[in-house]
Amino acid sequence: MTAVAAGSGTGAADLPAPPEAPPRSQWQLFRRRFLHHKLAVFGLIVIVILYVLVFGASFWVPNDPLEQDVLLGTQPPSGEHWFGTDQLGRDYFARVIYAGQISLKIGLAVAIISTVVGALAGAIAGFFGGLVDQILMRVTDLFLIVPAIAILAIALKKFGGTDIVIILVLAGLGWMSIARVVRGQVLSVKEKEFVEAARAIGASNGRIIFRHILPNCIGPIVVNATLAIAIAIVTESTLSFLGFGVQKPDTSWGNMLYDAKGNVRFDEHLLYFPGLFILITVLCVNFVGDGLRDAFDPQSRR
Amino acid sequence: MTSPYADPAETDDLGLAVDPDAPVLEVEDLRVEFATDDGPVTAVDGLSFRLHPNETLGIVGESGSGKSVTSMAILGLLPSTARVSGSIRNRGQELVGLKERQLRPLRGNKIAMVFQDALASLNPVHRVGAQIAEAISVHRSDLTGADLDARVVELLDVVGIPDPAARARQYPHEYSGGMRQRAMIAMAIANEPDVLIADEPTTALDVTIQAQVLEVMERIRDRTESSVMIITHDLGVVAGVADRVMVMYAGRTCEVADVESTFYEPAHPYTQGLLGSLPRLDSRSSDRLARIVGNPPSLLALPPGCAFHPRCPHAEVPGRCSDERPELRDLPGGHRVACHRSEEIEWRPQEAEAEGAAVHDVEEVE
Repeated sequence: MTAVAAGSGTGAADLPAPPEAPPRSQWQLFRRRFLHHKLAVFGLIVIVILYVLVFGASFWVPNDPLEQDVLLGTQPPSGEHWFGTDQLGRDYFARVIYAGQISLKIGLAVAIISTVVGALAGAIAGFFGGLVDQILMRVTDLFLIVPAIAILAIALKKFGGTDIVIILVLAGLGWMSIARVVRGQVLSVKEKEFVEAARAIGASNGRIIFRHILPNCIGPIVVNATLAIAIAIVTESTLSFLGFGVQKPDTSWGNMLYDAKGNVRFDEHLLYFPGLFILITVLCVNFVGDGLRDAFDPQSRR
Repeated sequence: MTSPYADPAETDDLGLAVDPDAPVLEVEDLRVEFATDDGPVTAVDGLSFRLHPNETLGIVGESGSGKSVTSMAILGLLPSTARVSGSIRNRGQELVGLKERQLRPLRGNKIAMVFQDALASLNPVHRVGAQIAEAISVHRSDLTGADLDARVVELLDVVGIPDPAARARQYPHEYSGGMRQRAMIAMAIANEPDVLIADEPTTALDVTIQAQVLEVMERIRDRTESSVMIITHDLGVVAGVADRVMVMYAGRTCEVADVESTFYEPAHPYTQGLLGSLPRLDSRSSDRLARIVGNPPSLLALPPGCAFHPRCPHAEVPGRCSDERPELRDLPGGHRVACHRSEEIEWRPQEAEAEGAAVHDVEEVE
């Protein structure tokens, strides 16, 4: 046995020094990898601008979204009304921006709630397995087969069409896919040796789940969470378009499509602008999700 | 076997120890059964041994001999399909039958484990330093903040990681293989455990790194006064670090002895076979290595009598060896063996060579 690994206290002088420059922090590595993903950076910038503009609307949007001018009626886009006006002569640009407040809020809130619920359910089911898994997964199936529109219609009747109700219903109907994805991930991660090693240092189940397993599932969770934002916005739009979503006087992009559908023949712009915003938001959110997934992977060195 | 054994004071096993210090680990009649589709499999069958303070016990055996199952049983980490009976005591405290909740404070605290594959055993998403800190804070809440960080750096320093403060902030994938295994050792000794179980700690490493890691383990043992249980199929590792050696075959002990008698006066034909199959520096290059004929038995269908008799060159078949299962018994000098014929057979490396003369390859001895 050669006398390597010199005595304690001083550290071994005969091993080569770490080859790299000062070690980067996790955050630095993460940021670097994310910034290398051009599309994701673009998406993030667009989303941030969108959120700032939409939620800061009262500071900069020149027109009142509720101010009517019935005599003016529907007008195509012009210098004064950038997106034209709707049937009641309201400034359509202001309306689209203010409607974004509802849509973006619902998207984010639904994504957060459904991700937390889904990740918890999936992690518990996958980790404990057996009967717990059976029960949780059958409950998941149950939620999957529930017709969303019927539930929403009932909930609207019972609790009114406030955004809280819609958020809870959409989240309640949106966590299952995340639960399934997380369960699958947990099933594979829990067999990893570091989980056994965590057990061997005396870690409790909760610690193992939250500190050792879930962080290793962060990629799929984040990707699905961003997807959930997109899906929530689209679902809300769909429901609102069918008249089951946000109720007047609140307006979301979905309701605007609903209101515009009667005029498609003559006033296409009423359909295009809210639709365009939905499209841009969903697309950019997905870009960001993609970038996050790459950035979260500690092995990726892009 | 007639040679005089040097030190009869230090005996072992089954209540015969005369060691004044209470053993840190006492395993008595440990039996681990797994229910499988083909019926119950007894992975460990009536194993007994003691681990004395500041002692290194080497456990040697082929795959399936039950050595890893034994270590998992000690930590209570066996899957729920395993049925464990017998007794495992850490300083008198019975571990078999304890609930998960009761075992947790012991794991990593009184009994710690170093796994074979350090890369797989470190969580890739956490810094190495944070993982060592976790091993500490799981058991003690009084050490936090800068004190905890300082302790982590100290531990990394103890296992010989250069520039420990910077290394603590790195991730496992930034470490080399040997450093990862050192980090695992640092984690295992974080709470100065009574018993350090190392399950094939050097198998995944190349030879020079193996030597470094073993050296670290030896130094650690002396420093923390832990006892070490080193599980391996590498007789070289055992010869280097162990004080005593336990050879396992098919879930049972076939021989326990101090390291010198194991290597110079092996009493069990299986141990003799293992040693005979080792290449020796002083043998002629034309000599073939001896081998142990056949394969390890399936645990589902163990041979009657001595489990080793179908492969044993000295077996009396039909006779005692195929009819009667040999129990572990004392030879002079604290040497214990489970063989009917230990006294009648003589260990000569050349004899083993002759036995294997017709064989062209080395095999079966992991």
